[in-house]
Amino acid sequence: MMADTATRVSYGRALANLGGKYDFVVMDADLSGSTHTCMFAEKFPERFINCGIAEGNMISVAAGIATTGMPVFASSFAMFAAGRAFEQVRNSVGYPHLNVKICATHAGVTVGEDGGSHQCCEDIAIMRSIPGMTVVCPADDTEAYAAIEAILKYDGPVYCRLGRHPVPVVFDPESYKFELGKAVPVFEGNDCVVFATGVMVSKAIEAYDILKSEGINISVVNIHTIKPLDTETIIKYAAKTKHVVTAEEHSVIGGLGSAVCEVLSENLPTRLARVGIQDVFGRSGKAGELLEYYGLTGEGIAKKVRTLLGVSK
Amino acid sequence: MDSKKNKYLKEKAAEIRSLILDAVYYGGSGHPGGSLSSADIIAYLYFDKMNVSVENPHDPARDRFVLSKGHCCPALYAALALKGFIPVEDIKTFRHIDSYLQGHPDMKKVNGVDMSTGSLGQGFSAACGMAKAAKITGSKYRVYTIIGDGESEEGQIWEAAMFAAHYKLDNLTAFLDFNGLQIDGNIRDVMNPTPFDVKFQAFGWHVEIVDGHSFEEIDNAVKRSEGLGRPVMIICNTVKGKGVSFMENKHAWHGKAPKAAEYETAKKELDENLSKIRGEK
Repeated sequence: MMADTATRVSYGRALANLGGKYDFVVMDADLSGSTHTCMFAEKFPERFINCGIAEGNMISVAAGIATTGMPVFASSFAMFAAGRAFEQVRNSVGYPHLNVKICATHAGVTVGEDGGSHQCCEDIAIMRSIPGMTVVCPADDTEAYAAIEAILKYDGPVYCRLGRHPVPVVFDPESYKFELGKAVPVFEGNDCVVFATGVMVSKAIEAYDILKSEGINISVVNIHTIKPLDTETIIKYAAKTKHVVTAEEHSVIGGLGSAVCEVLSENLPTRLARVGIQDVFGRSGKAGELLEYYGLTGEGIAKKVRTLLGVSK
Repeated sequence: MDSKKNKYLKEKAAEIRSLILDAVYYGGSGHPGGSLSSADIIAYLYFDKMNVSVENPHDPARDRFVLSKGHCCPALYAALALKGFIPVEDIKTFRHIDSYLQGHPDMKKVNGVDMSTGSLGQGFSAACGMAKAAKITGSKYRVYTIIGDGESEEGQIWEAAMFAAHYKLDNLTAFLDFNGLQIDGNIRDVMNPTPFDVKFQAFGWHVEIVDGHSFEEIDNAVKRSEGLGRPVMIICNTVKGKGVSFMENKHAWHGKAPKAAEYETAKKELDENLSKIRGEK
């Protein structure tokens, strides 16, 4: 059993390893120790640019570098990369469709003690609204590492959502294959499907075990790419189970839950419930406590499934 | 600068001004004031200074230009048309539904545009990125950019100013089109961003102040400021609406198109000026 790992650490490791094989630039806004871009900076200082605390400038500088043909990874916390610098992401990177990878760490409430001002639960919503933007949210160490290599090889703007808090490693690095835009079925069951992303994938796996012991068999599908969305797989599982639950460490407004609703209401209207942050700001606390507080747990998902199926525990 | 080159650049600037008028008149909207004030700087860059070619528009070794004050793209489109990057007759399709000449420059649509701009402050940062990329790869190209005086009220201008000085981007030359006016009026009344010289100096830039309508002064300043180990800011004192007397120094002409009679008057004045330049020895 591998130790729990934060996807920001996977990111730093991936950059440091890939830096020897590929030509790219990494940028940060004075958070390299937290985002783990420092791992790249130590090995390749000539290709690392610290922009200081000026995220908007960083994103537009990244765009300028990308026009010369070099891919750029630009990192900060999700709140600042997607929030503060939204307009630079939209106009400097998105509009000209430049090869900039915005890798934002400290997404969601698992930022922890820093509290609501730093817990970005809106980033998936705002990033997926930008035309041509790919939005990725890896579930664990294995997937995060593979995702970084995949987005490096992809030519175009990407927003990649990473976390601060260590999460269980659910995928085997030896056998796991990552494909941008392709959902990953984890468990098969006929009663309900849980579409989960990011840290909620391991929680959905917990929910699978909880519900199985109660005689309820769910499918669990990992949606690591929220845009472009694997609509085919979503429709397939909705058709099979007739009941859908989405799970994300993000607002229920505009994120994975909304994206799945959009697909299903247009193609296959299906009973659905969303696990996520229910239109409130975060608060200080330990990451684990916050996940409990907001119902972002295996039991939280199981409860939604039971309600949807009309069964009591 | 010899008189022949000076005359040539004056002619090109006059042709650019004429096309600016065509763009905003036939487009039915646009920004004539700042396009006209920056026309000489753009003429200087495209017809003297910059190493760019129509034959190889994506040459990695070419010089770069970023029009950070993207709303003044009629001046850029005019220069690109006169250089042969785009057909001159397309200028009249500016801002039309079926045209590739967008209201603000789109690098994906227009041959010769190095960066999409329009949202103020961002182009200046992108220019810094291009200059930094050259430092990383060891490329010898230079990056030129034009920012506005009103644009300098954006905080991002100062973030980029800090960045360029910190990384000693001496391959970056910026021109500040200091025409003194923005949409709502005099920049000093709206939100005073001056003094520019001591501010950029304090940020670590080499600063020059020139008459932005004098090719000799621009050229001397550009040449003097290369190789000093610092990014260069050339503050260009300009006249908003330069070359069309009824538009000069009127903030009302920041962002509106002339009516038919106004267009005729303006074109006549510009044509007469062009003939005068051509008649010069």
